[in-house]
Amino acid sequence: MRIELERRPGMSGFFAIVSPLVALALTVIFGGLMFALLGKDPVDALFSFFIEPLLEVWSLHELAIKAAPLILIAVGLSVAYRSNNWNIGAEGQFTIGAITGSFLPVVFYEWHSPLLLPLMMILGMVGGALYAAIPALLKARFNTNEILTSLMLVYIAQLFLDWLVRGLWRDPAGYNFPQSRSFVTEGVLPEMLSSGRAHWGFAFAIIAAVGVWFMMRYMLKGFQVVVLGQSERAGRFAGFSSRGMIWFSMLFSGALAGLAGISEVSGSIGHLQPSISPGYGFTAIIVAFLGRLNPLGIIASGLVLALTYLGGEGAQLSIGVSDKVTRVFQGLLLFFVLSCDTLIHYRIKVVLGKGRALIAGAGR
Amino acid sequence: MIIEAILLTVITASTPLVIAAMGELVTERSGVLNLGVEGMMIIGAVCAFAVAQLSGSPLIGVGAGILAGAVFSLLFAFLTLTLVANQVATGLALTILGLGVSGMLGESFVGVPGVKLQPIAIPLLADIPFLGPLLFRQDLIFYLSILLVVGVNWFLFRTRSGLKLRAIGDNHGSAHTLGIHVIRTRYLAVLFGGACAGLAGAQLSLVYTPQWVENMSAGRGWIALALVVFASWRPWRVLAGGYLFGAVTIGQLHAQAFGIGLPSQLLSALPYAATIVVLVIISQNRRTTLINTPASLGKPFVPDR
Amino acid sequence: MKKMLIALAASAAVLGGFAGSAQAEDKTKVCFIYVGTTTDGGWTQAHDIGRQQLQAHFGDKIETPFLESVPEGPDAERAIERLARSDCKLIFTTSFGFMDATVKVAAKFPDVKFEHATGFKASDNVATYNSRFYEGRYIQGVIAAKMSQKGVAGYIASFPIPEVVMGINSFMHGAQSVNPEFKVKVVWANTWFDPGKEADAAKALIDQGVDILTQHTDTTAPMQVAAERGIKAFGQASDMIKAGPETQLTAIVDTWGAYYIKRTQALLDGTWKSEQIWDGLKDGILTMAPYTNMPDDVKALAQETEAKIKSGELHPFTGPIKKQDGSDWLKDGEKAEDGALLGMNFYIAGVDDKLPQ
Repeated sequence: MRIELERRPGMSGFFAIVSPLVALALTVIFGGLMFALLGKDPVDALFSFFIEPLLEVWSLHELAIKAAPLILIAVGLSVAYRSNNWNIGAEGQFTIGAITGSFLPVVFYEWHSPLLLPLMMILGMVGGALYAAIPALLKARFNTNEILTSLMLVYIAQLFLDWLVRGLWRDPAGYNFPQSRSFVTEGVLPEMLSSGRAHWGFAFAIIAAVGVWFMMRYMLKGFQVVVLGQSERAGRFAGFSSRGMIWFSMLFSGALAGLAGISEVSGSIGHLQPSISPGYGFTAIIVAFLGRLNPLGIIASGLVLALTYLGGEGAQLSIGVSDKVTRVFQGLLLFFVLSCDTLIHYRIKVVLGKGRALIAGAGR
Repeated sequence: MIIEAILLTVITASTPLVIAAMGELVTERSGVLNLGVEGMMIIGAVCAFAVAQLSGSPLIGVGAGILAGAVFSLLFAFLTLTLVANQVATGLALTILGLGVSGMLGESFVGVPGVKLQPIAIPLLADIPFLGPLLFRQDLIFYLSILLVVGVNWFLFRTRSGLKLRAIGDNHGSAHTLGIHVIRTRYLAVLFGGACAGLAGAQLSLVYTPQWVENMSAGRGWIALALVVFASWRPWRVLAGGYLFGAVTIGQLHAQAFGIGLPSQLLSALPYAATIVVLVIISQNRRTTLINTPASLGKPFVPDR
Repeated sequence: MKKMLIALAASAAVLGGFAGSAQAEDKTKVCFIYVGTTTDGGWTQAHDIGRQQLQAHFGDKIETPFLESVPEGPDAERAIERLARSDCKLIFTTSFGFMDATVKVAAKFPDVKFEHATGFKASDNVATYNSRFYEGRYIQGVIAAKMSQKGVAGYIASFPIPEVVMGINSFMHGAQSVNPEFKVKVVWANTWFDPGKEADAAKALIDQGVDILTQHTDTTAPMQVAAERGIKAFGQASDMIKAGPETQLTAIVDTWGAYYIKRTQALLDGTWKSEQIWDGLKDGILTMAPYTNMPDDVKALAQETEAKIKSGELHPFTGPIKKQDGSDWLKDGEKAEDGALLGMNFYIAGVDDKLPQ
């Protein structure tokens, strides 16, 4: 018995929609099994994880807060990945963007002006882009693998932030704890609605997603991204510069990650400190894939992943599962989505013996 | 004798990197990019520790670590080789799953003092001054790491099977046409990578720091991935690179203890910066890079019938 | 379509009922939020042990839910608010990095009481609590100077925050009281919790010639290395004797239980007030692990020192003390103010390390 794949003539539209739902269903089933094995009521547990976070307004706000950086970063990453530039260092670009964006409120801490916030956001994007320019340069000039360079730079960025807030940018009134001065009110990203703490970072995320969707669908740049991503030679024949695409995709994704960084620091924290991200840059990679590198899909997958974080936290209180369960859930979800995605491009054929076969996904 | 003491520490620090990198080297030489090294390593670490505790024998623990890494890598192999899923994403998923599952499995083992794998002295050789205690009075896993480098080098470059594997990595289409069984070989390569990562994990929880703590791999899987690249997929360079990285990591701690007044964050960043620098230098030499880079790396393979 | 919607609504209602039935009854909720896991063998586990003691003490009168592995940063605020919304009446936030989040949430929930560990921002419903770890460090210093033959100790430090610097200074001062020429080598691991790095730091220090090891990081890795190399060491946050039966001299054990019981009792009695508490050995918020692996006279000296600290006869930071840069800090007989300690960012004379400024 063996498993064979039959390539479909084109992408299956049916499975493009159904497969993530199948994956979700499989995750829920396996998750339920896992909870049962742990001695918890599966229905209760799944309810805590997936439904409970949606039932209160404050929780919906928290969902938006958690999802915002994920979506924003993932949207940028989706462009990079589709162009075959694997930016794994979004976490580092997030950090550097947060630092450059915080420059004004920390160094010029008495400056109150309506210009402060927009300038901070712009500086954040510039910082993120510049940091992503390093692996871009190394790839364009020296052909160095961008996965590894961008990854190494993450550690360096985090250490740099640590050094900054402990020394140069440390708050003199902070009892020598590693924190920068708190930002003036004009430097804090305001809340969008008064019913909760969701700040404008979420709006940035949605705007970015729609913008990128538009770019990918209707603009030449989007076309270039896809063509160069699928075949560098074809792109070259069409006159597109693959080197230019390295720069564009890395800087673009870096800028969005940097924006996410300063939004998070300005909106959720209000000052710089050594730990500003629980791994958003890496989780965003998963969000990008779960959303199948499509900006609108990323909005959905970002919200779903944020849901698992909130659900996992709530489940700790309501049913007493440990936090590791959340990570296992997320890993399972990703696995199933990746498996089910195969059905979009291939029919799965299980060959049982001479002449007999079972075909999954046939006819669609 | 401080040099000897420092070298001993460097050996312990570098060994898991070398082992994991060797496994990934074979995997990548067959054309598969497995970013899940960190996940496989941590699974190996927890299983090795747990089994060593329950059985009382660190040796059995080592075996368990190897097995666990291999079995875990099967998930990756099935998804990327049979279902042709995206290798980058699947590798990341493997890492996340590995970190989560290992945390769950290891919960009851935290804070339990571990059983350390004892060194084995090789008779005669262990008495050579200086080199003796350094190289020949080590634990089993260190010896395995050296054997791995020698063995993989021999396999890849001196055997027909190794040649076939490299052929697949360079051009899986042509290899398939020549009748080489691409998928099966890649399965084996991935399993080997998993086994090595598991062994590296076992070293962490049975030799390096005989205990179990969540996330104790601390990013070493990613360093191993970097090592493979900057060794240009060549076994002896992996050994050199691994020891270089270990030396810088240990060196910065000694610099601090000695009283060199540089900021500790700068010193902590040195290994990563060093990796980037070496990566750039290596990539400059286009010929070596092109000759050694498996051209099919990361590309999905579906045989047409 | 309509049937499906009705079915969905019905199942949501039923599920809601399930979730509702999982709710608690009339017990008072005293809640905890942890930065690490309850099985980390260090900081968080010590707090959780305190929580368990609290639960055992009050039995059916209270419930003690907790959230673990909450990263400092934006997630913290949400997690604390979640606790506040789950009917918690008293919330202990057990890491410095939760400070601003605690204050922000407390402002939104004026009827809930909050206690923040090791911080300095308080308000009407936010108290802070801290432990005088430096008292334990002083005793360790005394022991170290007595036990060390080379007169050099190794110190594996985590991050240069006042608490850690205080610890180094106190350790040195204690050592200097026995041996004025005592030296300490400091390695900054830049982590609270990384066994590999801590083990490497321990090995580096031992290779550089120290014969006593102490740490301000949380795993037992340095103790294990010390055990292997045959030198003596001090444990941290918990009793690490199991990792070094012949190695551990003593350990500073965080014993938060008594404090938690005290404050919960105040809550139940209605006498809870916001205070900035800094308890020490005499209040039982920290305890020294049994003095082991040392000759009887050293043990006696250690116990005597501990007793003097508890009675108030000895304050670890009593002058004359000069700063590392030569300037005077404390005059003869002058005791350090709490404020100066809480913001400590300088070394006392005799420490050979440079602090990041």
